[in-house]
Amino acid sequence: MLPEEITKFIGQETGTSIFEVERETIRRFADAVDDPNPLYWDEEYAKKSRCGSIIAPPGFISSPWFSGRPTKWPERGATSSEAAVADLFTALVKAGFWRVLDGGMEYEFFAPVQAGDTITASSVIKDIVGREGRTGKMAFLFTETTYTNQNGEVVAKARGTSIHR
Amino acid sequence: MAKQLYWEDVEVDTEVTTLPKVATRRMLVKWAGASGDFNPLHYDDSFAESQGVGKPIIHGALKRQWLIQLMTDWIGEEGTLRKFSCQYRAMDYPRLMKTMTEPQEGETLYCKGKVTKKYVEGDEHCVDCIIGVENEKGEITTPGRATVILPSRG
Repeated sequence: MLPEEITKFIGQETGTSIFEVERETIRRFADAVDDPNPLYWDEEYAKKSRCGSIIAPPGFISSPWFSGRPTKWPERGATSSEAAVADLFTALVKAGFWRVLDGGMEYEFFAPVQAGDTITASSVIKDIVGREGRTGKMAFLFTETTYTNQNGEVVAKARGTSIHR
Repeated sequence: MAKQLYWEDVEVDTEVTTLPKVATRRMLVKWAGASGDFNPLHYDDSFAESQGVGKPIIHGALKRQWLIQLMTDWIGEEGTLRKFSCQYRAMDYPRLMKTMTEPQEGETLYCKGKVTKKYVEGDEHCVDCIIGVENEKGEITTPGRATVILPSRG
C-alpha cells in the first residue's frame, strides 16, 4: 500500500508542452536510430508519397526535449503542474523510492506528425500502484499523454510507465 | 526498399523481417543528443555502477525506436502503425568504439516479430504482432506488441 502523500497525485495533470517539429531535428533523430527511411530524410521523395512531406518517426514526439515546455521556448517560472510533479517526486523519494527506471510505453497513433507541425502534449497521472518485487517495494507511475497538432487533431496518445524503487 | 506488403501476404505465425542493430557508445551519445535524454546511466561508468547496472546501458527508448523501425520497415509506405507497446525487462549494453566510427567486436541485437492475429475492422485490414529485441543469448530483453493496418489487394 502506498502512502496517501503519493496516491493523492492520481488524476494530477502534469503539464502541457508545446513544440515545433522540424526537418533537421527529424533527420538527427532518424540518424541516431540508424533508420534510413527516406520519408524521414528526403523532402522530394516524401512529397511524392502519400505523406506529402517529411514525417517524424512514430515515437519522435516522446523526446524529452519536448516535455516540460509550457511555452515554445523556456520563459517560465514553475507552473502549478510542474510544482505538483516536483512534490510527487519528493514524496516518492521520502517514501524510499529514490531510483527511477523506464517501465515501458504504449502508443496509439492516429495521424502522422509532419515537419512543420506544432504539437501540444498534455499529460495526466492515470494511476500510481505499489508492487512487491525481487528487490523490494516498488511504485509504478502510469502517465497518459495526449498529442494534438495545430489543427486540433489528436495525432497520438501515449501511456508511459515509470518504476520507482 | 522492399516491395509493399499486403494483408493477403501474411498469416498467423508469419515472421516480421528481422532487423539487426549494433549499439555502440557512440550511438548512445547520438541518441542522447537527438532525444534529449541525458541520464548519465547511459554514458557515465561510475554513475551506471552506482545505479546497480554495472556499465552504461542502452536507453530503453532507443530500443523502443528500433522496434518501431522493425514495424515501419516491414509494413512499407502504404502500411500504418496503429498501436505499439514495449517494456524493458532486461538491460542491454553497447559496444565500445575501436575507431572514430567502427565499433569493437561484440554483441549484435536482433529486433524480431511474429504475426499473432489478422482481422478486418470496418474497412481496415489489421494485423497484430508480438515483437521484441533479442540478445545473442536468445533472450528477449525488450518484449512488445504492435498492431498495423496493411493495404489489401481487395
